[in-house]
Amino acid sequence: MAPAPVETTLGTPTASAVIFFLAIVALTLAVTWWAARRTRSAREFYAAGRSISPLQNGMALAGDYMSAASFLGIAGLVAMRGYDGMIYATGWLVGWPALMFLIAEPLRNLGKFTFADVVAFRLRQVPVRIAAACGGILTVLVYTIAQMVGAGNLIRLLFGIPYEWAVIVVGVVMLAYVLFGGMIATTWVQIIKAALLLFGVTLLAALVLSRFSFSPGALFAAVVGRYGQAALEPGGLVTDPVEAVSLGLALMLGLLGLPHILMRFYTVPDARAARTSVLYATGLIGYFYLIIPIVGFGAAALVGRETIKQVDAGGNMAAPLVAELLGGTPFLGFIAAVAFATILAVVAGLTLAGASALSHDIFVHVVRGGDATEHEQMRIARIATVIFGAAAVVLGIAFKGQNVAFMVGLAFAIAASANFPPLLLSIVWKRFTTAGAVAAMATGATLALALITGSPTVWVDLLGHATPLVPLKNPAIVSMPAAFLAGIVVSLMTPEPRAQALFEDEKLRTYLGVGAE
Amino acid sequence: MQPSHRQLLDSPDFHRLVSRRLRVSLVLTALLFVMYYGFILLIATDKALLSRRIGDVTTLGIPLAAAVILGAWVLTAVYVIWANRSHDADVLRLRQRLDS
Repeated sequence: MAPAPVETTLGTPTASAVIFFLAIVALTLAVTWWAARRTRSAREFYAAGRSISPLQNGMALAGDYMSAASFLGIAGLVAMRGYDGMIYATGWLVGWPALMFLIAEPLRNLGKFTFADVVAFRLRQVPVRIAAACGGILTVLVYTIAQMVGAGNLIRLLFGIPYEWAVIVVGVVMLAYVLFGGMIATTWVQIIKAALLLFGVTLLAALVLSRFSFSPGALFAAVVGRYGQAALEPGGLVTDPVEAVSLGLALMLGLLGLPHILMRFYTVPDARAARTSVLYATGLIGYFYLIIPIVGFGAAALVGRETIKQVDAGGNMAAPLVAELLGGTPFLGFIAAVAFATILAVVAGLTLAGASALSHDIFVHVVRGGDATEHEQMRIARIATVIFGAAAVVLGIAFKGQNVAFMVGLAFAIAASANFPPLLLSIVWKRFTTAGAVAAMATGATLALALITGSPTVWVDLLGHATPLVPLKNPAIVSMPAAFLAGIVVSLMTPEPRAQALFEDEKLRTYLGVGAE
Repeated sequence: MQPSHRQLLDSPDFHRLVSRRLRVSLVLTALLFVMYYGFILLIATDKALLSRRIGDVTTLGIPLAAAVILGAWVLTAVYVIWANRSHDADVLRLRQRLDS
């Protein structure tokens, strides 16, 4: 069967797309105005006054985590490569239970604004803060570049706005959220975005299934009728077990080292609320990854791979195209506006995390030795926000046209290798020391960066060399255990009696929440 | 440190709370690892099994992928039920000892 030619308004700013977009921006800026009047202290700016409810935080965690890359990217991957896209989707959820079992509650009880608070709790502040802030900023910056470049491309495809303008619009709007409304505005932007995204994807999946009498079997049969049984079988994504486990480790344990996710746990009142919010987040994100494949398979069956590829070679426009086919231009406009809101919200969360590492960890604790007035903290937090936001826009434009698909993987690999090992060791291991923490972070970050640079993805595909220096595409299986090993060996070589004594004392706070912020 | 804090830290009840929490976390993490990495390694080593049809066209891989997602959520829920029902009560009891 030849694919029916699809008339599309994609790439032209239709009235409905513009109206939905302006409505979302107006709503979120109104929320920011409301939040700005409630943001007077550092505790409100970084942690929303610890007044967010578990359900609200669960929604906001989901909003922080479900990026445009997972919405448009996984729908596209399922449309173009079938079952392989489903395998990829599972990897994005499995970090959440691990986050709950290993990190969430001690993190909430021990920290104040950043994950570095926890690592530095009983160790020497200056070296640990510097190392943790470097790991945190590196993770957030790489993730932000990937989001910004993705934003520029997607918004150009969806609305027809030039790349540079798209990046600047994202930068300016999200800076308004963070600068004036801090964590309170960022949280509500995430909640609005999560609700819109879940609603849009649910409606889209329902419209797809309505074409197949609400039977997934009939949908699968239509896909097989067009592209053969191979669409429902594992293909080339998972072939090498080592590579597959390495990618899985980075996706799963990288979540436990993402600063913008970790800092959300300080917005709830206590450990019990932190726990409940992870349950809500896991449910919402799990639901999202369960129904995204329906959208992807629907795009393959109804729009066709050839047409999707004509619009965008990467397949990213599968979901918008099937939305237009089933719901017309207004629904396409809605989905495009939701994708835009998704990008804004994720970048706002990242900017707040980057700014908190710069201001709370570096300025307040390293430069001022932990002694800064409330007024000064707020001023520095806002300056750091502007610095980080400007860097995001400049880097987004500088990386125009670059293939940055590997950068999300890099961000997760650094998070899993440089941030997660010292965080876990500081919570569970009595003999962990300052030198051990710095060694673990330096080893993890350096190895992850070096191995990715020498990998087939960067050394061969991007830099044009004939053979890779490193056979692995995903470094986590080497860099994460190496970071743990460095942390343990160096700690054993540099005993720190004060830190060991404090470990016993902090147990009341870790396990019972006595003295928690 | 206050003497009451020291006493509580050294009490068998507190040690029991810490070791029980560690055990629950480790068991659930182990189950998660077996489930997810088992799924990934199954795909890497036995594609024929995942490609086996269980309906007209539907392959075994599709419900398995959905089961991994549902399983991850169920493990999370098991932890929350344990923590809310049993762990929080123990925490509260120990904290009350500090206050009295």
